[in-house]
Amino acid sequence: MLKTRIIPTLLWKDYGLVKGQKFDSWRVIGSILPSVKVFNTRQVDELVILDISATQQQRKIDFKTIKEVAGFCFVPLSVGGGIRDVEDAKELLRSGADKVVINSVCYENPDFITELSKKFGSQCVVVSIDVKKHEDGKYYCYSHAGTVSTGQEMLAFAKMAEEKGAGEIILNDIERDGVMNGYNLEITKQVSEIVNIPLIISGGAGRLEDFSEAFNEGANALAAAAIFQFTQVTPMEIKDHLKTQGIPVRK
Amino acid sequence: MISAEVLIVDYGMGNLYSVKRALEECKVQKVVISNKKEDFLTCTHMILPGVGAFGDAMQNIHELGLYDLIRENVLNDKVPFLGICLGMQLMATRGTEYGSHEGLGLIDGEVLRLEKNGKSERIPHVGWNEIKKTQQSNPLLNNIGENSDFYFVHSYHFSAKNQDNVIASTPYSHGFTSMVAKEHIFGVQFHPEKSGKNGFQLLKNFLNIN
Repeated sequence: MLKTRIIPTLLWKDYGLVKGQKFDSWRVIGSILPSVKVFNTRQVDELVILDISATQQQRKIDFKTIKEVAGFCFVPLSVGGGIRDVEDAKELLRSGADKVVINSVCYENPDFITELSKKFGSQCVVVSIDVKKHEDGKYYCYSHAGTVSTGQEMLAFAKMAEEKGAGEIILNDIERDGVMNGYNLEITKQVSEIVNIPLIISGGAGRLEDFSEAFNEGANALAAAAIFQFTQVTPMEIKDHLKTQGIPVRK
Repeated sequence: MISAEVLIVDYGMGNLYSVKRALEECKVQKVVISNKKEDFLTCTHMILPGVGAFGDAMQNIHELGLYDLIRENVLNDKVPFLGICLGMQLMATRGTEYGSHEGLGLIDGEVLRLEKNGKSERIPHVGWNEIKKTQQSNPLLNNIGENSDFYFVHSYHFSAKNQDNVIASTPYSHGFTSMVAKEHIFGVQFHPEKSGKNGFQLLKNFLNIN
């Protein structure tokens, strides 16, 4: 049976790892290579590294550092930040990333999803969707690390991403990011019902129960950051908890 | 130290570097990423990794003149060969991703799209899943327990013509072939280089096959 993945997310900004709240007030929490080495010894199922300032600073991700980090990552590694063309993606995969995470570029050029998926296979194209709830009660997508409102409605955009060839979706509620008051179960359920590709839910995990609740609403993988940085909870404890709930995890 | 000289075939696609790093962790004598003829002549083991679409991959293999080099090494010189993920699929007779394409023809079979089995399944099949051995004694499975988890990420699967070539399957979709073997020729649908401890064991098993 397919196991539910626990995925630490590492946010990378100006040469260090950071963690904020609601995509703001970033705190430096360490450096990238030691963190990757530690997570590799801790039974995590995958790692996500996002360079959150690359797009805004209009620069490429630091492929050299990714290559260095990938050399010590013996679980799957998804990497994103500032990816704008096929050459960027190719360079990232050559640097040792297993999957390419794209976000802002999808709003300007949705066909880029198709282009990447035809070139490298849909399974290595991950579309990251950052959303906020608007006054009409619906969720809308934001680009450029949550700073630009795109006006695109979440469900329509998620469906479009799938149709264009995305292999997975990472869905993040900006308002819950780093707050540790639980995943947004509403969007987990809505998006998991509308797409057929795997859904990684992100943003808000703070207690063991948050993980099992999101799984029960349809998430296929559970991403988290703050809980690993600011609490004593380990990936293994989360897996043990999921196991007691009858949720399949990697042994 | 494992005394093997491994050639990772570079056909311009995929996570070649991850495979190299995993082999280095297995303490193998020499690993090269290359598509040069001289490296085909000196290697003791070949690995064909791969991420990407079948048609593009075969096109690259032909353009780089690798089709004959790979086949000669494997079929004439009997160099142990391991295809990983797309690399396993390319071993088939034919692929069906974005049109029909001829493969390397190392093990008879076709590459077909995974079909969803039930509402909760999603395609691509991404994540950790177990293997069920269909043959117990294959050397590639030494010291790897039944139901061991490996990391998968794929939308297509290898459908072997001859069941004797299947050594393990995985319970997803309608149950697909996750490992194939024919003498010194092996293919795995998962990524041993990304499967932690189990993956290292499998790579070591391969390197110890002569």
